[in-house]
Amino acid sequence: MATEVETHAYDVIVIGAGGAGLRAAIAAHDAGAKTAVICKSLLGKAHTVMAEGGIAAAMGNLWPEDNWQVHFRDTMRGGKLLNHWRMAELHAKEAPERVWELEQWGALFDRTPEGLISQRDFGGHRYARLAHVGDRTGLEMIRTLQQRAVALGIDVFMECTVTALLKDGDRMAGAFGYWRESGRFVCFEAPAVVLATGGIGKSWKVTSNSWEYTGDGHALAMKAGAGLVNMEFVQFHPTGMVWPPSVRGILVTESVRGDGGVLKNSDGERFMFNYIPEFFKAETADTVEEADRWYDDKKNNRRPPELLPRDEVARAINSEIKAGRGSPHGGVFLDIASRRSAEYIQKRLPSMYHQFKELAQVDITKDAMEIGPTCHYVMGGVEVDPDSGESKVTGLYAAGEVAGGMHGANRLGGNSLGDLLVFGKRAGEYAANYAATLSGSRPAVSTDDLETAATEALAPFSTEGGENPYTVHQELQTVMQNLVGIIRNEEELNTAIKEIDSLRRRIDHLSVEGHRQYNPGWNLAIDLKNMLLVSEAVAKAALERKESRGGHTRDDYPMTDYGYWGKRNLICELAENGEVRTREQALPEPPPELAELLEEH
Amino acid sequence: MTYDLKLRIWRGDAKGGALEDFTVPVDDGEVVLDAVHHVQAMRAGDLSVRWNCKAGKCGSCSAEINGRPRLMCMSRLSDFPQDEPITITPMRTFPVIKDLVTDVSFNYVKAAQVPPFTATAEQPKAPFRMAQVDVERSQEFRKCIECFLCQDTCHVVRDHEENKQAFAGPRFFLRYAELDMHPNDALDRKKLAQEERGLGLCNITKCCTEVCPEHIKITDNAIIPMKERVVDVKYDPIRFLRRKPKATV
Repeated sequence: MATEVETHAYDVIVIGAGGAGLRAAIAAHDAGAKTAVICKSLLGKAHTVMAEGGIAAAMGNLWPEDNWQVHFRDTMRGGKLLNHWRMAELHAKEAPERVWELEQWGALFDRTPEGLISQRDFGGHRYARLAHVGDRTGLEMIRTLQQRAVALGIDVFMECTVTALLKDGDRMAGAFGYWRESGRFVCFEAPAVVLATGGIGKSWKVTSNSWEYTGDGHALAMKAGAGLVNMEFVQFHPTGMVWPPSVRGILVTESVRGDGGVLKNSDGERFMFNYIPEFFKAETADTVEEADRWYDDKKNNRRPPELLPRDEVARAINSEIKAGRGSPHGGVFLDIASRRSAEYIQKRLPSMYHQFKELAQVDITKDAMEIGPTCHYVMGGVEVDPDSGESKVTGLYAAGEVAGGMHGANRLGGNSLGDLLVFGKRAGEYAANYAATLSGSRPAVSTDDLETAATEALAPFSTEGGENPYTVHQELQTVMQNLVGIIRNEEELNTAIKEIDSLRRRIDHLSVEGHRQYNPGWNLAIDLKNMLLVSEAVAKAALERKESRGGHTRDDYPMTDYGYWGKRNLICELAENGEVRTREQALPEPPPELAELLEEH
Repeated sequence: MTYDLKLRIWRGDAKGGALEDFTVPVDDGEVVLDAVHHVQAMRAGDLSVRWNCKAGKCGSCSAEINGRPRLMCMSRLSDFPQDEPITITPMRTFPVIKDLVTDVSFNYVKAAQVPPFTATAEQPKAPFRMAQVDVERSQEFRKCIECFLCQDTCHVVRDHEENKQAFAGPRFFLRYAELDMHPNDALDRKKLAQEERGLGLCNITKCCTEVCPEHIKITDNAIIPMKERVVDVKYDPIRFLRRKPKATV
């Protein structure tokens, strides 16, 4: 290479500084590894900050009946039994310890009258289970982890984007990226790499996700030779803001429903009673009276249908809007104002109150909110070993949203924050232990790989008169929104795959203005490649899975197929020709003692 | 309703720069950050700006709008006259990197100086027992989204580079107060804030409270109580005699 590249050597590097990344870094550090965190934004700004509702952990502070077995069952049933059972088991068992650990590091959760951590109701959870701080739990979590990482002196490379993973033979050797501030390149030599890059939502038009969510980790993993699992399952959160246009897609927490809010159509009808699926009939209230009693007496009443898992609620809202029973701005109504006191709402949902007041000029203690589905979370991700978080590639780990398997076909609210902590810690520890075994035989970064990565990153500057990356991004968002949304079919998915292919050819001819220093146009041109690769994986997996289940609904295959597809995962890998190919793989079966827990009662 | 909005955006880097005029179509339901994104997409692809959540939760898109420190994502266009240009400049207290992006590393240096939460000997290990009423005061301060607008507006450092070394700033007084009021923290935060982090330099003009997008009462609820208790502890002879020795930081 013409110029020297700034190089740093570590035992473990963690890409991403949200909940999973920071927890992994803390664990790797605690296990004795020289550790660094690399993140695209400033420390403390990662998407975890947006999480509102809480951390699902069966601590049993309010309902002594709650335990890991019930949490495991809820998670598996919410995921339509496509979860990797071992991940759901580890998560349910270890989440309480991870929550107490946050308290040990200074987190201040809301309390029960006895002075313990308070727990709130959420969709799909049998008992009030979510540790929370009002409706800003993600902020509390990221601040606590951030402050812990800073106190431990872990190195953080902020506003630094990784564009390539580097290998030595079959093993990880490090990563290559650039500083956003200067545009200069940087190389990290590290035998163990933990991906904690979050999700892929920025490929859709209506999304709760920030600019960072471009599927970097998903794409980097595929290019390094790892497989992705469950990519057809994308969660559309039922309640995003729909108006004004500027805030379309911004999340409205499920806690509104957990704390008593209900969904109504333009006729004022609580329509969710019309959408209770067979699978959840036995555990869902079928009258308004029973549903309303449930908040205070969970033993003798069944859950309100507004608290069905997210996929069910999102589809129901979608149907109501399509049937012409929507709100003025194309959503439905979420009403807590008529059901809870103004004081209670402001205390339990301060950030929602603030958000609607300041951005939509709606007082949620007086009026109903207008809400509609928004692209929120990808269940799919890097296929990992449940215990260690290691992918198929030696030394490459993944944790949090970028990892797949834990949530199956649909994630329950509150299970993502627990996921970040439980599997972040595991990945960090296992990565550190792996690095420690290497001593003399460390993989080396090759100069050729560095040159290739640099040339690829700079390509948009050498094209004159090419396309504007912002335009291509908007077109991709339109394709994914219209053709790979909540309801899918074969024809539209085939069209999407063709459109994505033509967009991929167009991004070879992007042009960017200006120079490398803090240039969002150039940064987007690089991120777009990841978005397209991941969008291709989602569309192809969605085409392949010929059934409806969780976050994947096909109107040409509306039934859930427990026989064939209920026993299979789809794995996405990168083929020689640079295209994504899918293959079927048997779903791991739980041992009998866990399978027993999955029965209806 | 759609209309053409005139924006005057500061562009440049550490070497210097100037306001540049842009006109973009906007909708009156949009916010200033949307308008800046339109400029990026249509007029200047390399315009530098930080943002993440676009919902007032991450504190990334801080800037000065018509001279006032604000979050761009929480500034509705409908609050500005349609026929007057909106001027956007970077936060003045921090060195410019490029356009609207500033070097806020000052804040990360101050953050690293805060001794972490340290549990008391009475309850050394979580789960802790703490009453809601006792955690509430600190919870208010933990709402902070680290937008650093309070640091930007604070006149102790806004035009006084020389004070930066000795002064942690309102965001971090909030942090010391939060730990001080934590029902289970063992360390003496008041003394530290006063003697080593420049609390005494604050003369409670409340500028920080005015710009806080989370409406945290920084001056009244964090800074003044810290100052008062510093005074109590330092100058009250009876309390001084009764005071138990406490771990120092």
